[in-house]
Amino acid sequence: MAELTELVWIMTKIVAIVGPLILAVAYLTYAERRVIGAIQARNGPNRVGPMGLFQPFADVFKLLFKEVVLPANANRFLFLIAPLLSLMPALAAWAVMPFSEGLVLSDINAGLLYILAMTSLGVYGVIIAGWASNSKYAMLGAMRSAAQIVSYEIAMGFALVGVLMAAGSLNMSGIVQAQAGPIWNWFWLPLLPLFVVYWISGVAETNRAPFDVAEGESEIVAGFHVEYSGVAFAVFFLAEYANMILISGLAVVMFMGGWYSPFHGLPVLGPLFDWVPGIVWFVLKMTLFLYLYLAFRATFPRYRYDQIMRLGWKVLIPVTVVWLVVLALMIIAGLGPWFN
Amino acid sequence: MIEQLIFYVFALVLLFSATMVITVRNPVHAALFLVLAFFNSAALWIMAGAEFLGIVLVLVYVGAVMVLFLFVVMMLDLNLGSLREGFMKHFYIGVPIAVVMAVQMLLVVGSGLFAPETLPQAAMPIPEGTGNTSMLGGVLYTVYVYPFELAAVILLVAIIAAIMLTLRRREGTKHQNPGEQVKVRKADRLRLVNLPSSRRASEQEQD
Repeated sequence: MAELTELVWIMTKIVAIVGPLILAVAYLTYAERRVIGAIQARNGPNRVGPMGLFQPFADVFKLLFKEVVLPANANRFLFLIAPLLSLMPALAAWAVMPFSEGLVLSDINAGLLYILAMTSLGVYGVIIAGWASNSKYAMLGAMRSAAQIVSYEIAMGFALVGVLMAAGSLNMSGIVQAQAGPIWNWFWLPLLPLFVVYWISGVAETNRAPFDVAEGESEIVAGFHVEYSGVAFAVFFLAEYANMILISGLAVVMFMGGWYSPFHGLPVLGPLFDWVPGIVWFVLKMTLFLYLYLAFRATFPRYRYDQIMRLGWKVLIPVTVVWLVVLALMIIAGLGPWFN
Repeated sequence: MIEQLIFYVFALVLLFSATMVITVRNPVHAALFLVLAFFNSAALWIMAGAEFLGIVLVLVYVGAVMVLFLFVVMMLDLNLGSLREGFMKHFYIGVPIAVVMAVQMLLVVGSGLFAPETLPQAAMPIPEGTGNTSMLGGVLYTVYVYPFELAAVILLVAIIAAIMLTLRRREGTKHQNPGEQVKVRKADRLRLVNLPSSRRASEQEQD
């Protein structure tokens, strides 16, 4: 009986995480269209509900009522399971995300490794979708995506090795606690090159502009999900945006001090902002990164494929390797205020 | 109780997918079943307390090796008929080998050496509060540091050798030099010509 109540309690927590997450995805799509609209001096969606706030729901219902078309000679099972395979890891990774002090579903010691393992699974949805669609464009998109994600995972992994060295812990809460203090105590400052590499690889891992050759609508229509329609397409869409939120959340945990306020521990400003709950700071910092995603899409032209590969292998990976050595020296020297 | 149930679910899926890897006709399906097998064995390892090994199995084999494997299998134009051709010829050699291996494994596992009660206690019990990741790291970089570094060097040699074996200049391919592309300035590509405005001969006649 005790086991059953525990199970129900865990399920409730999962719903409490996934529910707001899906709502956040809905409003991220809305924010994307409004922000890019503002950057391009247009209005964006402003007709459904006040200021267009009900637009995401209108879109969802439209997609739900559309027919899911199976391409000829497509593998039915793999075709239908591919969107789920890309959504599942994006949601599962949230299990170890610390929203505030002690506010985490599963406080496991190998949290960072778990996150890396989960984000590396997302590529299967893309590959299987491309192969099972039995379409040339989808296949091309899947191949590009597989090569890109595997390449940038290495740079991302190396950047996270730096975080692990600086924090001395694989536990996500432990990583945040190692950054306790005001804004200049957080890891973005001593790990600045790794932070930049992490963020670039994060944008590339989620297949977002300027690294969106996997979709590449000007060359291969919509890449790996060209054959998908209706709910199946909506699930791919959901997975992409859930992944964006996940990468932003990880950036906050590992480089931007997680739930700490930027004035934490300062003489006057610190106590002034003590009443703000940690999760508010966490979400605020996350929205900053999400805005960066949208601003990138509106400002940068798409990379050419060989340039993407060159950037990943010949620029980002050497930068991380060099900075790991510098970081080791900083830790040995006990450089303050981070490593003393 | 629940733990045992979960163990048997993972173990059954593992056995099923491992069997499917060698029996399904389509090589892509076989590779995907192999992914499922890796994933389930990782889950079993985590249940047995080897969280680091389990997660690294997912990270390395499922997340990287099998992706490249699938990449290659999907690109190859495999002829399913020719894959089956020599089946009966190899069958008569394969069966005795399989039987010998099965008997050997039964002898080792059934000898009582692997019974739970005869297993020695862990030489280094993991203290509460630290994961086996940090314990493994501590042992690897102190007690076994030379074998570990040696393995790393051998892997590095293997990487360089593999790259050298596949690296060849092909004739007739166009290569971009990114350095030169970046160095290009407007003056190199664009020439502004000042043309005086003029009219066509037919228009001039009308004036």
